[in-house]
Amino acid sequence: MTDTTITETAVTITIDGQPVEVAEGSTIHAACVEAGIDTPTLCWAENLTPVNVCRVCVVELEGSRALVPSCSRPAEEGMVVQTDTPRVRHSRRMVLEFLGSGVDLSQADDLHHWIKAYGADPDRYGTDGHPVERVEEPVKVQDELYIRDYSKCVLCYKCVEACGDDAQHTFAIAVAGRGFDARISTEFDVTLPDSACVYCGNCVGVCPTGALQFKTEYDLREVGEWRPDDQTVTRTVCSYCGVGCNLDLHVQDERIVKVTSPADHSVTSGHLCIKGRFGWQYVHGE
Amino acid sequence: MAAEGAENGADGCQSGCVSFVLRGLAAEDAESGVDGCQFDDMTDIYLGADRATEPEVAAVDAALGARGVDPVVRPETERLYTSGRSRRRERRHFLLPALHALQNAAGWISPGGINYVAEVLDVPPAEAFGVATFYDLFRTEPPDHEGDTFHVCVDAACQIAGYDDLAASVRASGGHVHLGPCLGQCERAPALFVQGSGGRRDYVPADDEPFELPQAGEESLRLLRRIGVADPSSLESYLAHGGYQALRRAGEMGAEAVLEAVAASGLSGRGGAAFPTGIKWRAVAAETGRPKHVVANCDESEPGTFKDRIVMEQDPFAVIETMAIAGLATGAANGWIYIRGEYPLATARLQDAIDAARAAGLLGPDAAGTGHDFDIAIWRGAGAYICGEETALFNSLEGFRGEPRNKPPFPTTHGLFGEPTAINNPETLLNVGDIILEGPDAYRSRGTERSPGTKLLCLSGKVGRPGLYEVPFGTSLGDLLDLAGGVAGNGELQAVLMGGAAGSFVGPDSLSLPLTLEDTRAAGTTLGSGVVMAFDTSDDMTAVVVRIAEFFRNESCGQCVPCRVGAVRQHETLVQMQRRGSLSPARRTLIDEMAEVMVDASICGLGHTAASAVRSALDLGLIASAPSR
Amino acid sequence: MFGADTEVEQADVILLWGSNAREAHPIFFHHVLEGLANGARMYAIDPRRTSSAKFADRWLGLSVGTDIALANAMGREIIAAGLHNPDFIARSTQGFEAYAAHVESYTLGWAAEQTGVPAEAIRDMAHAYATAPKAQILWTLGITEHHNAVDNVVSLCNLALLTGHVGRWGSGLCPLRGQNNVQGGGDMGAIPNKFPGFQDVADDEVRAKFEAAYGTELNGVPGKHLTLMFEAMEAGELRACYVIGENPADSEADVEHARKLLAGLDILVVQDIFMTRTAEMADVVLPASVAWAESEGTVTSSERRVQRVRPAVPPPGQARHDIDIIGEMARRLGVDWGHPSSRELWDEMRSMSPMHAGMSWERLEASGGLQWPCGSEDDPGSEFLHGWLWADDLEGHDPAPFSITHHAPPKEELSDEFPLRLTTGRALDSYNTGVQSGGYASPIRYGDAIDVNPADAAELGVADGERVLVSSPRGSVEMDVRLQPDIPTGLTFTTFHFPELVDANVLTNDEWDPRSGTAEFKAAAIRISKLEPEPAPA
Repeated sequence: MTDTTITETAVTITIDGQPVEVAEGSTIHAACVEAGIDTPTLCWAENLTPVNVCRVCVVELEGSRALVPSCSRPAEEGMVVQTDTPRVRHSRRMVLEFLGSGVDLSQADDLHHWIKAYGADPDRYGTDGHPVERVEEPVKVQDELYIRDYSKCVLCYKCVEACGDDAQHTFAIAVAGRGFDARISTEFDVTLPDSACVYCGNCVGVCPTGALQFKTEYDLREVGEWRPDDQTVTRTVCSYCGVGCNLDLHVQDERIVKVTSPADHSVTSGHLCIKGRFGWQYVHGE
Repeated sequence: MAAEGAENGADGCQSGCVSFVLRGLAAEDAESGVDGCQFDDMTDIYLGADRATEPEVAAVDAALGARGVDPVVRPETERLYTSGRSRRRERRHFLLPALHALQNAAGWISPGGINYVAEVLDVPPAEAFGVATFYDLFRTEPPDHEGDTFHVCVDAACQIAGYDDLAASVRASGGHVHLGPCLGQCERAPALFVQGSGGRRDYVPADDEPFELPQAGEESLRLLRRIGVADPSSLESYLAHGGYQALRRAGEMGAEAVLEAVAASGLSGRGGAAFPTGIKWRAVAAETGRPKHVVANCDESEPGTFKDRIVMEQDPFAVIETMAIAGLATGAANGWIYIRGEYPLATARLQDAIDAARAAGLLGPDAAGTGHDFDIAIWRGAGAYICGEETALFNSLEGFRGEPRNKPPFPTTHGLFGEPTAINNPETLLNVGDIILEGPDAYRSRGTERSPGTKLLCLSGKVGRPGLYEVPFGTSLGDLLDLAGGVAGNGELQAVLMGGAAGSFVGPDSLSLPLTLEDTRAAGTTLGSGVVMAFDTSDDMTAVVVRIAEFFRNESCGQCVPCRVGAVRQHETLVQMQRRGSLSPARRTLIDEMAEVMVDASICGLGHTAASAVRSALDLGLIASAPSR
Repeated sequence: MFGADTEVEQADVILLWGSNAREAHPIFFHHVLEGLANGARMYAIDPRRTSSAKFADRWLGLSVGTDIALANAMGREIIAAGLHNPDFIARSTQGFEAYAAHVESYTLGWAAEQTGVPAEAIRDMAHAYATAPKAQILWTLGITEHHNAVDNVVSLCNLALLTGHVGRWGSGLCPLRGQNNVQGGGDMGAIPNKFPGFQDVADDEVRAKFEAAYGTELNGVPGKHLTLMFEAMEAGELRACYVIGENPADSEADVEHARKLLAGLDILVVQDIFMTRTAEMADVVLPASVAWAESEGTVTSSERRVQRVRPAVPPPGQARHDIDIIGEMARRLGVDWGHPSSRELWDEMRSMSPMHAGMSWERLEASGGLQWPCGSEDDPGSEFLHGWLWADDLEGHDPAPFSITHHAPPKEELSDEFPLRLTTGRALDSYNTGVQSGGYASPIRYGDAIDVNPADAAELGVADGERVLVSSPRGSVEMDVRLQPDIPTGLTFTTFHFPELVDANVLTNDEWDPRSGTAEFKAAAIRISKLEPEPAPA
């Protein structure tokens, strides 16, 4: 048998003047993390293949005419990267503005800090008599487990990836339509219970804006009782089959209100099945 | 027993053409799958209750059967089924032809139809729906009219030629009109394309008129020299006019010498990006161990562009001969023509040419006695400008949404099916034939040092004789307009749109501009895909520019935020300007800021150029003030 | 014998044998999918074309209970084609000649007759498995819920020994555990013949170690497994039963009989988080806390990964932690164990179990779990087992033995009276007898229908959704028919998640494997009859 062990080689790139060494194949984003440079991301997640569509993580790469997405661009030896130039700041600000001008970002908690940091003003596009086009659709409540609120959807593709070949391989949803009219949809927009959906909740687990929510969370939000600051998160192991999936139980007022899984665990990579995700009611005698 | 069944797909196809139609993945599969195709859509498929109608089933079966495609899931006995990832991946790219079949059979793509295709190709219905809804020529709601759909172009050339009169007359005769983007017939604007339904074929009424090339028979013509001279439907005629000498010569020279000649010629891509063809081909040639492809990008969709259509319609053998040269040079055995769906005549002529060439041994194993195996399949697009972007084209051909891929990696290493691919448009390919025949030095005797050779230019709008022209690089814009009969309309030139919607406007002060890559670039404009569209002073440039902005709004694939939202906001801002008749400084700044992020942060060229024409119009003062009617 | 979940991602050939992991082990199946995406070829061996089988390159729909015929025929074909691994066999195994001679009669043609799978497909699978650089066999209850479960398992082990697909990363044998801590229960000695760490109770040296540690004399006679316990109840030998977290009054095969036996005990104590059917029959019920959400402790997964569970919510009402209850029980019996914490118990256990010795509480807290064996605190744990098979000296082990197994069809043969085969399994959204999973509103739950091939249904004159009477030699229940083209003719299928709706285990066969104690849930003979009343005489 031949030895197939891959020796990990390192590459060194320069970010904002500072040399950073990362393993070959790492992305510029990973190098930024290594260098302690905070970079906004939206469509990137550690347990998904980068789709580099949101463009909020762009950086300036010496020799490249356009900015490059740091989340997917592999670091190559000798690269010189700038993360805080006027061009970078402008593009990031505009991306955030564009998103905020078209959809409801009120629950996109991770973005609020960046919107402020880059001075994005999503309200400057419309004028009196010329309102801008926005995505405005009624919330889809079609079952007792999830809701879908596409007026909050930024089309980051994460749910499609989690439903598809990055985890679940169910492909109940896909991007349909084109351009600004593109939406995440089942075939012919049939309801989720009529679709291929198997309710693993992995789409909800990766949604960054609250467009997809567990019904438990949605119901609490509707009555103003969703209080993340009062919640505890406890890591334990699923009670069903023998695979050993790690669960993070989000508990508020001594009740489980949400179940997630750590993205960095080798067993789940953050993904669960319907039983692990939703089969906890019996803990509360239900 | 399995051996018999396993080859089903191949057996249905004509000999010689099968090596790539069902993609042979075998050993390379695992490797190429990783970086290559973006998606691997294996799933335990779930279908709703809707079932296809008999005509839908028959249409899909006919379309797939003609290409030798059997269903992914094959029951061999009640207790033995063969399916799996490799069978699925070998067939996914038939999704687009299957959707065409459904659309043509029923006038729309129905839930039952999607389910049938999903079952045959083992594609999740949600994905198939996502693909179907990407394209203008596919409808996913039941049609509200009987019969065919009459597509009327509303883009610039047809806009100033009065498309509304054409639409009105179609409506008056009972036709269902769909107003849409450029149909690639700008020289005969306003343009009409009829999409058949109920099994009727698509057609372009203007194709029934005799074709005339303004420069037909002129000695100076290189790329166009056979047009109007040779019979495009006859291989014999093509051979009689020098056809297939270049491929035979290339066979004698060998791949390396061909690559050297192409590099020495200084040929660069004629699609707009002007990348050196020799470098591209050499990169593909250097790849080993995986199947390789030559793709002819015939998805000519840039508003104002019709050159490749005319080349394909009038000299189809030249396209397939030069594709074979590309195959020989790069070591690629698989040729693909991805042609826009609105080009029925070009599609038919190319298919006839391929069939005739194959029958004559000029395609297939040891094509034309070169010792190199090469064959070609045609894939039809379905109405999406973005699919002219090379990586979007790959995704579209592969049966996915035509969304561009992030680059790098580049097509030379990760192109079609994730495999090394040389992608060129027909005009670029045609140049190679001459380079082989006359040698790079003679080729370089025309044009300039940095822009050698000749250029096909699409003259439309307010010119005396709109049409396709071929001139050496370096010809001035004014001379070109004169060649085309000068400025028509009221005779007063207001502006010229160079390079199409993705290009930019120049004013009458640019008539001395030499048409070369370097001079246009220095002047802040572009040759792009060869569009030269003239506007006289009576044309409402605000309306033209607003329409260009609307074009990008409609054609953005929606994948990346800068383009998806930016194109909408840009259009809204211009509509607002149009209504007010002026643009405030703050709004002007906003347009520049939006342009900057689209240029800097969009994934592909569509976003990069979506603001180009708009800004040039503002800079020239063509808009934001009342039209000088 | 069980490897890491991530190993399957690197396999070249995967045999998914008697397992619908897509639904029963969905997250493990994600790793299988990763393997397929990496180019693995998968064969699904299952009487039904399950949702898992739909991902396979080939589905081999063998007749229920013909696994040994198929495995032995593969073995014969591998040997006949010269695709076995002679070096590995010579160094690391014993009994090859006898095995080879034994399987000689298992020809492809004969196996095709027995299994219903074409000979070519068996040959193809054998060749693919044998020639793959790395191959995995994964199985679940389709292998083990048979009267000859152990023979089934060792038949698969023979294939691995024949080809050397064991003991290396990416190659191996992988049974998927059905319950979250069934592995951990075994690890901790909750099996009749083992102390913690799989140390034999009959081994005097081992027993002496535990006796010294616990300061008491320990019984060296192996206890009874569940099926033997019920036999002992039947014989009147077993009169008292203390049931912790198990619901045999619903889950046993031939469940009516099991209930009768439980009802006849002198005393039945049930410790559970639910008022299960078994608890309802009990003399004393001890309300417990939910192990994974209300208690400290550890569980061990299929891949031998020991992980921490932690309390997220307090137990309701008077429910108490299992440790407290058992400690109190001991105190009432006259032994004071104090009030040990989970951690103290864990440390005590790992001081006695060498394979857990390196798993300190801190390490378990810090990591995403550790896989045993993990002998010392600098041992990273073991991603796969049996690596010694590849060591020149076998690290002191005896060579691994081939086993002789005989094809034996299900005990319950089909007959004119019961002409259809019934097999059972899980659905994605439900779990076992449904006491846990019944609590949430699954949009994809369809209830305990009986899946019938459309051709069989047409012959029976029953329609989709029709309520019918399903009868086995043990009893009858009413069920709804679900037409299912993915199931071959002659076979029917049901889940067993809704005993209150459909007492499917009334139908199942309680024939069991004398070595594993597993009952033959997978093969009953039934008939389906229409419910509609006889037409009135004219």
